[in-house]
Amino acid sequence: MTETTEKKKRTQIPRQKMPEQDPKVRAKNFDEVPFGYTPELAKLEASRCLQCKKPTCIEGCPVSIDIPAFLDLILQGDFLGAARKLKEMNSLPAVCGRVCPQEDQCEKVCILGKKGEPVAIGRLERFAADYEMAHGEFIMPPKAPPTGKNVAVVGAGPAGLTLAGDLIKKGHQVTIFEALHKTGGVLVYGIPEFRLPKAIVQAEVDYLEKTGVEVRTNMVIGKIYTVDELMANGYNAVFLGTGAGLPTFMNIPGENFNGVYSANEYLTRSNLMKAYLFPRYDTPIAKGKKVAVLGGGNVAMDSARTALRLGADDVYIVYRRSKKELPARIEEVHHAEEEGVQFHFLTLPVEILGNEDGWVCGMKCQRMELGEPDESGRRRPIPVPGSEFTLEVDMVVVAIGTGANPLVPSTTPDLQTNKWGYIVADPETGTTSKKGVYAGGDIVTGSATVILAMGAGRKAAEAIHKYLTE
Amino acid sequence: MFPIVEAKPLAAAVKQFKIAAPEIAKKRKPGQFIVLRINEEGERIPLTMADADPEAGTITLIFQELGKSTEQLGKLKAGDMISDLIGPLGVPTHIEKFGTVVCVGGGIGIAPVYPIAKAMREAGNTVLSIIGARTKNLLILEEEMAKVSHSLKVSTDDGSYGYHGFVSDILQNVIDEGTTINLVVAIGPVPMMRVICNVTRNQKIKTVVSLNPIMVDATGMCGACRVTVGGRTRFVCVDGPEFDGHEVNFVELVKRQRAYLDQEKLSLETFRHQGGACLGGKS
Ligand SMILES: Cc1cc2nc3c(=O)[nH]c(=O)nc-3n(C[C@H](O)[C@H](O)[C@H](O)COP(=O)(O)OP(=O)(O)OC[C@H]3O[C@@H](n4cnc5c(N)ncnc54)[C@H](O)[C@@H]3O)c2cc1C
Ligand SMILES: Cc1cc2nc3c(=O)[nH]c(=O)nc-3n(C[C@H](O)[C@H](O)[C@H](O)COP(=O)(O)OP(=O)(O)OC[C@H]3O[C@@H](n4cnc5c(N)ncnc54)[C@H](O)[C@@H]3O)c2cc1C
Ligand code: SF4
Ligand code: FES
Repeated sequence: MTETTEKKKRTQIPRQKMPEQDPKVRAKNFDEVPFGYTPELAKLEASRCLQCKKPTCIEGCPVSIDIPAFLDLILQGDFLGAARKLKEMNSLPAVCGRVCPQEDQCEKVCILGKKGEPVAIGRLERFAADYEMAHGEFIMPPKAPPTGKNVAVVGAGPAGLTLAGDLIKKGHQVTIFEALHKTGGVLVYGIPEFRLPKAIVQAEVDYLEKTGVEVRTNMVIGKIYTVDELMANGYNAVFLGTGAGLPTFMNIPGENFNGVYSANEYLTRSNLMKAYLFPRYDTPIAKGKKVAVLGGGNVAMDSARTALRLGADDVYIVYRRSKKELPARIEEVHHAEEEGVQFHFLTLPVEILGNEDGWVCGMKCQRMELGEPDESGRRRPIPVPGSEFTLEVDMVVVAIGTGANPLVPSTTPDLQTNKWGYIVADPETGTTSKKGVYAGGDIVTGSATVILAMGAGRKAAEAIHKYLTE
Repeated sequence: MFPIVEAKPLAAAVKQFKIAAPEIAKKRKPGQFIVLRINEEGERIPLTMADADPEAGTITLIFQELGKSTEQLGKLKAGDMISDLIGPLGVPTHIEKFGTVVCVGGGIGIAPVYPIAKAMREAGNTVLSIIGARTKNLLILEEEMAKVSHSLKVSTDDGSYGYHGFVSDILQNVIDEGTTINLVVAIGPVPMMRVICNVTRNQKIKTVVSLNPIMVDATGMCGACRVTVGGRTRFVCVDGPEFDGHEVNFVELVKRQRAYLDQEKLSLETFRHQGGACLGGKS
């Protein structure tokens, strides 16, 4: 066969679907939705890759994974080799394979996507990482000789974990300080079990601990120690990866009624505190029958799908723009639709109504229409006069975004923040206005993605290493 | 893991624990609290630090057995471990020389008032304290409060000890006697704090209250603890727990505290049914 006919044949293989739980069944449980590829499916999907001379997919990946190389290893049946290839650039492939917006990154620019469907790079990333987790052994990564330098990492989210993994390999002593009782950041308190099993995050953290990173949970920096105290206690550098964990509300009347949750609270109760297993676990959660989720991003989809699983009959996404502008990943919107989440587009909540006991009993809304694009490039929603109506709901989850938690900046006077409270840091190095203090992830950029937070951690690790050794 | 160093009953269904937490003990200031989680299945429960001993590395917690988690906590003994302890949390009490400070504590609220009274005295204030409970065997820290106060008055709702009536009645009397009061600090059940604020409002006496809404993370991330103060939404875990009592929307606070009543009952029943209560040898 000539190379061109071989290529042609490959392009005729359709993109392989990932087997997943039936929507009706899964809408009632917290188990992971997709089952993942079998080795056969993985090989078949990997065989679609054209092994391009100039692989555009790598450019689309924020951490430049050598995608054709790991796909080829899968094709050869060397699944552990594929996982190791991934880990050269990405320390959390099992996480990224599940939650990265691949359709906007590597898969968006895959050559195959020009005519047909791109290679399912994300699904294959997940496959290789899972295979390693099930079959691989722990191999101690090569470590540089000890430098005698100590680094404090504040926050055990993707940014902090990535940075810690990089710096320990370079011979520095690393301690992670995490406010919550569990590590993982949004991965454990925000993203639900059915999308990202917590055991996967824990396995990654266990791995880090085995390599020598010290993890101290239950430590709220800014309270137990300020950044200055950390430095006085012998840390030569501090990395702030505290995330964007401040809930935003709509600032409409009625938001303090019972049954009105921030998405952070709703998801934290359910994920981190396992309220879906109440009363075996002690944390309760309100189980609305008719639930409105305000917003249209991933967080809104996660909240809506959690509400279904907690037993709601009707779950509405209330979004002020149209379906086209939904910021959530297409796959997540699709999953939500399949499971029965209902969408109210072009709808703006204006007031939450409550009963005598202080519980939500409805929500006043107004219809919107789209005008000219605003600064964000999306068409601006404009209220339609006289279009008010009441949506009958008994629970509301506000998922309209988050802000910067002020705990660390407010106790670190010489740390520069911008007008929204985010820490000002060089995007290439994480350098802040304070000597020896670096920052990265959502606390610098505002809510972004796991892979971007990891990228920021990686860059800051480089810069800190330079700072400590030069 | 955090070992319990000492566990002793203080009054009916009220226990005092000393827990080894050296780093927190060093940092803690009056008005601050911790969050603890008994074990893997446990919820995060906030409790005020009634005291701390930086040398011994211990903090003192005083809590009332109200529902499942506090009842389960109450069954632990010296030598047992608590899975998680997070602190110190919250803004410390603003301590300075105000002049005459009246410290009012109701029920379990006497526990958080105690370190404040002590610090106010150390700052050179004249501390007049008023403490009360529903009935005599629920009264705690009388001796300790007496030691740190220039004067101490005690009330019980049922008249079984001290003045027969409410702490707010005593405060009203103190005001009526013409005492100049520069500050009132009142901590206790929400209805009590509300009445105290009504007493001081007319007199325009600045009144600080300590609020205890339901919390989850207690780091400002979830918003569960929101209260309306002066028409604005505030987060008690990071903006408080103390606020100007004349500005607090107590009605809303009471409703929000009751949000999980049914589930809390279920949780407690399940716990007791599984033998929780029997272990402690309670009737
Ligand atoms: C519900 C939800 C769904 C999402 N879905 C996706 C998705 O599908 N794909 C995707 O790519 N991204 C998704 N994201 C975004 C992604 O999770 C974040 O961009 C990413 O986690 C940011 O990483 P980080 O390390 O900067 O911060 P975080 O993950 O927020 O971690 C910060 C950590 O710091 C800790 N901390 C904060 N303050 C302190 C302090 N003072 N002391 C000590 N510790 C502190 C916090 O407790 C937390 O553990 C989602 C976010 C949410 C909320
Ligand atoms: C800042 C702060 C300091 C506190 N200090 C003390 C203290 O020093 N001593 C003490 O006895 N109690 C204190 N509390 C109250 C204590 O946290 C609750 O009594 C405890 O959480 C009840 O848990 P439970 O499961 O035993 O009871 P439940 O049956 O769950 O609840 C009984 C009642 O306690 C309240 N409550 C429930 N869960 C929480 C929660 N997570 N956070 C706050 N309140 C809750 C509610 O009003 C509820 O109706 C404090 C609360 C706060 C917010
Ligand atoms: S762009 Fe697509 S086809 Fe080309 S190497 Fe990358 S994954 Fe393979
Ligand atoms: S308890 Fe979560 S913000 Fe206060």
